[in-house]
Amino acid sequence: MVAEPHQSHSKFIRSFLTSLVYPIQYVVNLPVELTEWASKTLVTHNTLLKKNEQLKQERLILSRKLQRYAVLEAENKRLRELLESSFEINEKVLVAELIAVELQTFRKQVVINKGLREGAYEGQPIVSSNGIMGQVIHVGPFSSTVLLITDSNHALPVQINRNGLRSIAVGTGNNDKLFLEYLPNNADIRLGDLVVSSGLAHRFPSGYPVGIIEKISHVPGEPFAKIMMKPSAQLSQLREVLMVWPNETAYEINKYLDDSTIELMK
Amino acid sequence: MNKSKQGNGIIAMSFIVAIMLTALPLPDWAVNWRPAWVAIVLIYWCLAVPDRIGIFIAWFLGLLLDVQQGSILGQNALGMILIALLTINSHQQMRAYPLLQQAVLVCFYLLFYKLIMFLISVYVGVDTSDWTYWMPAITSMLLWPWLFIILRDVRRKHRIS
Repeated sequence: MVAEPHQSHSKFIRSFLTSLVYPIQYVVNLPVELTEWASKTLVTHNTLLKKNEQLKQERLILSRKLQRYAVLEAENKRLRELLESSFEINEKVLVAELIAVELQTFRKQVVINKGLREGAYEGQPIVSSNGIMGQVIHVGPFSSTVLLITDSNHALPVQINRNGLRSIAVGTGNNDKLFLEYLPNNADIRLGDLVVSSGLAHRFPSGYPVGIIEKISHVPGEPFAKIMMKPSAQLSQLREVLMVWPNETAYEINKYLDDSTIELMK
Repeated sequence: MNKSKQGNGIIAMSFIVAIMLTALPLPDWAVNWRPAWVAIVLIYWCLAVPDRIGIFIAWFLGLLLDVQQGSILGQNALGMILIALLTINSHQQMRAYPLLQQAVLVCFYLLFYKLIMFLISVYVGVDTSDWTYWMPAITSMLLWPWLFIILRDVRRKHRIS
């Protein structure tokens, strides 16, 4: 039992047992699926028209943003070429759906309906439309378990988007709170700062939003400030998530970052 | 029909329903009050047919529960084995007790089970310091008389012994 997380053959056992449990979880999830289906099917013509109109407008706005983004990406690439560091932001993604089953209380985990068949692997990053959500910890043939970033055993390397200050975001066990650790009292941090993943540790891709700074408190006598942030992803109300297969991006960026910091220190 | 084979399907079905009830999503406030369904159904069958439901089945159920819950493989399996052992050892006395006294005993067994789970959680580093962690033992105790009567009727109807 103690050895479980470190043994590879226990993964096979778990994977096999998961396929036994999956039908049960599937049945438990059915009512949710049915109501979802019903609410999709039983809508009025008018609502659909309105929705369609709204989506068209949204698409227009997004494609305008995308035009600028394409230019920026090209420029970024050129600049990085000047710095002799490669950059690639495209990653393979796949949409997965949450299965509405309850797991161990006191831990923040969810089950998604994609597994080994779709190529999921342990440690795979999972993001939602607004930010990083968590990582896969167990993979079964048809489903996998995701550990959310708010679990009290989870930590991920982040940086402040405004100034690149690096830190570690640690889960609290509470779905709308994360702690930022090891930032000194005089660190340049403001309320409302966007925190993004830094891609260190090569597990999460870099540049995805993680949260927004919500509270900064200085405890007298403590070397580090107590900084709380709110996760960008709405972890308790998600239904659809994205599984990401990151490429070497993270590694390349880190190499670049580290080189530049070393140069700064010289 | 072979007597010892009779009702295997019913017993398996009751365990499947118990696992389903464990996986059923509940509102946030009720999550920690969920009875330990699999454990009390296991206690019932250990009490009723101790020569058929033993440690091996308890172990397997525990493993399934571990996978369903996303806990460490073997955590619930150990707990289930202990529950089965306790119940099988005391099934003679327990059968003689009135329902309420049985319920209290069930509560103690589950507290013991939760204690083992608690120690493992502490070792693994899961924060379970909230007092509601122990609530399933109480809700299971309150539920026991009804569960016992329902499963007894099912057992008699299908002549499982």
